[in-house]
Amino acid sequence: MTDQAESVRTETAVETVPPKKNGFKFTADPRLLGLTGVLVILCVVGQVTRPDQFLTDGNISTILRLAAAIGVVSVGMTFVIIAGGIDLSVGSIVALSSVWLTTLATQSYGPFVMILCGLLVGLGCGLINGILVSYGKIVPFIATLAMYVSARGLAERISGRRTQVVAEAGFLDFFRGDLLGIPVLIWMFALVFVVGWVLLNRTTFGRRTFAVGGNAEASRLAGINVKRHTALVYGVAGLCCGIAALMVVARTTAGASTNGMLYELDAIAAVVIGGTLLTGGRGSLIGTLIGVLIFTVLSNIFTLNNLDTDIQNIAKGVIIVLAALLQFRSVKKTKTST
Amino acid sequence: MTEQSLHRRRFLLGGAAVGAGALLTACTSNEAPAQNNAANVANAGANSQPGTPVTIGFSAPAADHGWMAAITKNARAQAQKFSEVTLNATEGTNDVNQQISQVETLINAKVNVLVILPFDGKALTAVGQQAMDAGIQVINLDRVFDTPLAYRTWIGGDNYRMGVNAGNHIAQQMKAKNIASPVIGEVAGIDSLPLTQERSKGFKDALARQGFQVGPRVSAQFTPESGEQQTSNLLQSASKLDALWNHDDDQGVGVIAAINNANRKDFLMVGGAGSKNAMNLIKSDAEPLKATVLYSPSMASSAISLARLLGQGKGAGDFAEHEIPAEITTYSAVVTKENVDKYMDVGFDS
Repeated sequence: MTDQAESVRTETAVETVPPKKNGFKFTADPRLLGLTGVLVILCVVGQVTRPDQFLTDGNISTILRLAAAIGVVSVGMTFVIIAGGIDLSVGSIVALSSVWLTTLATQSYGPFVMILCGLLVGLGCGLINGILVSYGKIVPFIATLAMYVSARGLAERISGRRTQVVAEAGFLDFFRGDLLGIPVLIWMFALVFVVGWVLLNRTTFGRRTFAVGGNAEASRLAGINVKRHTALVYGVAGLCCGIAALMVVARTTAGASTNGMLYELDAIAAVVIGGTLLTGGRGSLIGTLIGVLIFTVLSNIFTLNNLDTDIQNIAKGVIIVLAALLQFRSVKKTKTST
Repeated sequence: MTEQSLHRRRFLLGGAAVGAGALLTACTSNEAPAQNNAANVANAGANSQPGTPVTIGFSAPAADHGWMAAITKNARAQAQKFSEVTLNATEGTNDVNQQISQVETLINAKVNVLVILPFDGKALTAVGQQAMDAGIQVINLDRVFDTPLAYRTWIGGDNYRMGVNAGNHIAQQMKAKNIASPVIGEVAGIDSLPLTQERSKGFKDALARQGFQVGPRVSAQFTPESGEQQTSNLLQSASKLDALWNHDDDQGVGVIAAINNANRKDFLMVGGAGSKNAMNLIKSDAEPLKATVLYSPSMASSAISLARLLGQGKGAGDFAEHEIPAEITTYSAVVTKENVDKYMDVGFDS
């Protein structure tokens, strides 16, 4: 089965070949180097403009904590986009999970049930998306658009559009605490990223994800259960939203139907500038991570220097366009070289 | 894999799914233990004796956040206080066309007085004028119509003075602490909204009169999450901070979370709007929040009282005029630990 999947990959026009199972050879993608360069330049700008603040432990911790929730959502989004789909509902799922885990009833059961609720709601919504796309044959854009509106609607209905403050001290103490001097949220982000990377680059599941996104029909002929796999990929994205909801609730001490606003656009932007093709079949989680960090650092630098948010949004737009142009050129090169 | 083990796996998976569903369904209730959630109602004055019957039509946007929910709740509670008042309240909507239709329906129903909080003042001006032309007096609540021809009386809050009072309170506190050049931060709401611009202008002007200025400033989206994100960065930019004004108590939940995350206790925080949550924090004196500047939805209770007096042809108590005024601006009082008990009744659930 894995050999068949490997052979499928050679038929796809554009894709990243994940390293062989037993080899840890790291091939540097020039676009990743370019992105890393952008991140380094931003860090230099930050350090030059605010040498007293930018590279302090506190500021780096703040940047990583701010990147954590959107970063985890972007990990799930990377899987979906590599598999040839798109998920517009991630922000709404974060809102619904956060509201569900902070209702008075849930809080009365204690932190364990709160965590379980957040994860189950996220996973459930993701699987519903996946089933609608794969078995219901609804275009991903439309299926997840339906979830986008209905999940936020349900979040508003459950919360009565109120901010549900967390009174459960155990939950807050754990998630807002430190582990070995590093905030728990950053550990969670790192764990999700590492598990995501291993899943994508070192397992059959990951290879199938690339294969399905590169050429679904060829994957089916090669024996991959494309429908089930697609449903599971959306499930992974939903579960990531559930984890992000825990993070958002921990950070804000509240569940609200307004949580996760515009996460879908931020996540798609981070994934795309990270080099993942919107057409599927190719992508990089490290690129996504750098993409998330670029946007978070950019926002941090603007606030540190007390600059207007309008200019920040323009800069964000310019970065997205440049990354897209970079990606287009690289695709062209790859096509001409094959 | 044998068929038997497949059946077992499916059975277990199905059982797990059903169990998870049952657990989740049990977790959607927000029924709080019995507590006093009485809506705010206006005090009885000299006009409190029942008069001629009055039917009041009421239209407001959807209760999509705490403040707006409190507006509708207060209006209903105030109407119930008067035996001769019948309140004809339409369902809140953020669709301008639907709100226009609702007001037209109330006009056709020949209510005596209309209380309208328009989703968009400009868009509802014509229908307000239509009501006035039909002989129905209109109380315009908070978001103002384009022309006074569309209302008999306007009652609403004062965003500029909210900023002024926040600025004055902070300046006063700084002077009391003998801080000569304080670093004063600001967490605004949505910058593109005129109300945010007015609040910021009032804040800046009040501080300037005392020789102070606004230092680090960020703008959030009136949500807890955006408040937390923006404040986290702001606190990094300002290693020294003496005071912080946050425009809105709902986004304040996130602002306070960010302050606690950063373990900062070196400055005074002032909020805005006057949520019950903020007032409880001020009362407990444990959080960074030491004061909040009101923009109270109690104005809806007052609007219903005014509508009743209009319908009965009475003036406002204790005023020399025979009629109620054409414009009433509510005052943005500063609520502190010293006076919070007095204002608890106007605190709203955010």
